[in-house]
Amino acid sequence: MNKRTLAYAKAGAILLACMLLLFTAGCKKKVATPPPPPAPPVKETPAPPAKPSVTSFTAEPSTIQRGQASTLRWTVSNATDITIDQGVGAVQSSGSRQVYPSNSTTYTLVANGPGGSDTRTVTVTVEAPPPPPPAPPPAPAKRTAEDILKSEVQDAYYDYDKSDIREDARAVLTKNADVLKQVFADNPGFMVLVEGHCDERGSAEYNLGLGDKRASSAKDFLVQLGVPADRLKTISYGKERPVCTEANESCYQKNRRAHFSPAQ
Amino acid sequence: MKKILIPSAAGLVAAAAFLAAQQPDFRGGVSGGTRPAIAIADMRGSGDAQRYMSVFNSTLWNEIQQAGLFKMAPKSMYPLRLPQQPADFKPPTMPTTRPRRGEVPRPISNGPWLTDWSSPPVSAQYLAFGYTAPQNGQLVLFGWLYDVTRPDPGAAQVIGKLYFGPMSDDGARKVAREFAADILQQFGGKSLLGSKIYFVSDRTGHKEIWSMDYDGSNQTQLTHYNSISTFPCVSADNTKIAFTTWYRGNPSIFVHSLETGRKLIFHNQPASLNAPSDFTPDSKRVLLYSTAGGSYAQIFTANVDGSDWRRISSVRAIEVEPKVNPKTGADLVFVSGRGGLPQLYRMNVDGADIVRLTDGEGEAVNPAWHPDGQKIAFAWTRGFEPGNYNIFIMDVATRAVVQLTHGVGRNENPVWAPDGLHIVYSSKRGRTIQLFTMLADGTEQKQLTTAGNNEKPVWGRTTK
Repeated sequence: MNKRTLAYAKAGAILLACMLLLFTAGCKKKVATPPPPPAPPVKETPAPPAKPSVTSFTAEPSTIQRGQASTLRWTVSNATDITIDQGVGAVQSSGSRQVYPSNSTTYTLVANGPGGSDTRTVTVTVEAPPPPPPAPPPAPAKRTAEDILKSEVQDAYYDYDKSDIREDARAVLTKNADVLKQVFADNPGFMVLVEGHCDERGSAEYNLGLGDKRASSAKDFLVQLGVPADRLKTISYGKERPVCTEANESCYQKNRRAHFSPAQ
Repeated sequence: MKKILIPSAAGLVAAAAFLAAQQPDFRGGVSGGTRPAIAIADMRGSGDAQRYMSVFNSTLWNEIQQAGLFKMAPKSMYPLRLPQQPADFKPPTMPTTRPRRGEVPRPISNGPWLTDWSSPPVSAQYLAFGYTAPQNGQLVLFGWLYDVTRPDPGAAQVIGKLYFGPMSDDGARKVAREFAADILQQFGGKSLLGSKIYFVSDRTGHKEIWSMDYDGSNQTQLTHYNSISTFPCVSADNTKIAFTTWYRGNPSIFVHSLETGRKLIFHNQPASLNAPSDFTPDSKRVLLYSTAGGSYAQIFTANVDGSDWRRISSVRAIEVEPKVNPKTGADLVFVSGRGGLPQLYRMNVDGADIVRLTDGEGEAVNPAWHPDGQKIAFAWTRGFEPGNYNIFIMDVATRAVVQLTHGVGRNENPVWAPDGLHIVYSSKRGRTIQLFTMLADGTEQKQLTTAGNNEKPVWGRTTK
């Protein structure tokens, strides 16, 4: 074969290939103008690994009193390994943790990553709690009227079915009168209720009247001794409020009484 | 005693004798000798009705027994074949074969017959029998009362009636009570069906007013003052209840409507003590005791709203518990310490004509009128230590007394039932005070309450 035929053959092959290409392209796309071919992908050069960055690391509140809690909050990016010292340990890339430092403490957050590391610190200041308030002042020498009534004004006792003031009740009431006069002088507006009570043996109905009589005879006796009548009210409880429920004379006697209580 | 009751005027002797015959005993007709004997055959129920029959049979028996009108023929004496309906009665036939010499010919029994019940050992005059059955979802009682002393069943029937109730234990109790009420009515007994007992209970921790049915069922709290609320009394028309409460400090009178449960207006006098005791028979006024205007509790009356207070007694002594005669409305019994220890007295409603009723021994308290206005029940320590009360009955005209309880615990506040045969009272027989009923002769004592302490009973009128 000569060089000339070889060249023709080569040119024909190229022409054929071109026509074939044209043919296939024409078959595929019926549109007149084919769209531009997609842009070739931009082959970026791989960036170097980013350096970890602590976006925030705070303690809220930053000042506490001993025993109170502070909340640490942090946000870290580009880190694979984050730790906080002072016993907190490894943590996630963002989060919070309550801490109860007993003394002022600086917390250090270390973020490590492929691109390096970052560190941030925060300090929680612990203040000692305020000293306790001073002990209440010693009880004042002057007691309340209620206390005096409870401790110094005694019950007056009665005989069965009687509202007369007995000899022993006379002594008790005389002492009560002195105390009451003083209490009333020291406590304007303070009123005392004279309660009449009975033992369980009489009928409840009759004892209602008897308790009333006992209360009023005790009041009358006190008024005679100078206790202001308008500061004493009377009430009968009959046998409805016994202090003692046994069926014997010592118990009956405890219930047959005039008792003194603060009036409402 | 009967002779004292009979007026001396010759023209009245016959009438008085007739009255005395009607009331052989002033205790209210409760006396052992003349009561007819009754047999009550245990009844059965068909189908589902049977399951309620033990409740039914015990209710019927108790209702009849506790009425006190009958002698109860003991069940152990009854014939084995119990009649269930009139058709069950079959007359015996005489034997056709001749008896052997010396033998009395004995009738051959063909079924239940009247003489099975009228002859010994049952020896009853009356027989209650019947049966129950479910019908249209209801419990139906077919109840008969026969006078078994009659020669044949056709003449024997006294009651033959149907009773209806729900299919439940309550329904069984209902039909039993209604049947019992009909039986008792035949013999002059007033049924207590529908009557309520009002009382004081501390089972909540505070004394409050409660109510219950006459047999102790349906116990219901009426007040919620969380104080001391006690001494209830009920108006004769059953519409109001008055009581004393410490709710506002000093004991004072509150009145509640029994129809709505609401508090009604009552104006208390400014006094250290106001307590109600009774209503007049017309239910328009309240009898009460109060320290108004003086230093001793005294007897007053007032309108039911607390207006128009009038003082009745005026002595230097404690006077409490005025109770007005329910028949006359004109005389009172009350408790007074004017002679020393509390005793019973009577007076006119205007305070005149005061007479002591008890003889001065011990303490006599808690008077309560019989519905007939002639007798009272009361509590008395006669023969016992102070506080050990027993229940007595007194004929007010003659002052004759009968003791009903005898030292079994501490017995107080007797109150008559509307039938005039029963008494409800409180008794302390252990650690607690409980309510009991009994017949006015002291028998058939039955405990009604168990929770907490229960006292101060009042028996309301029958509302049905």
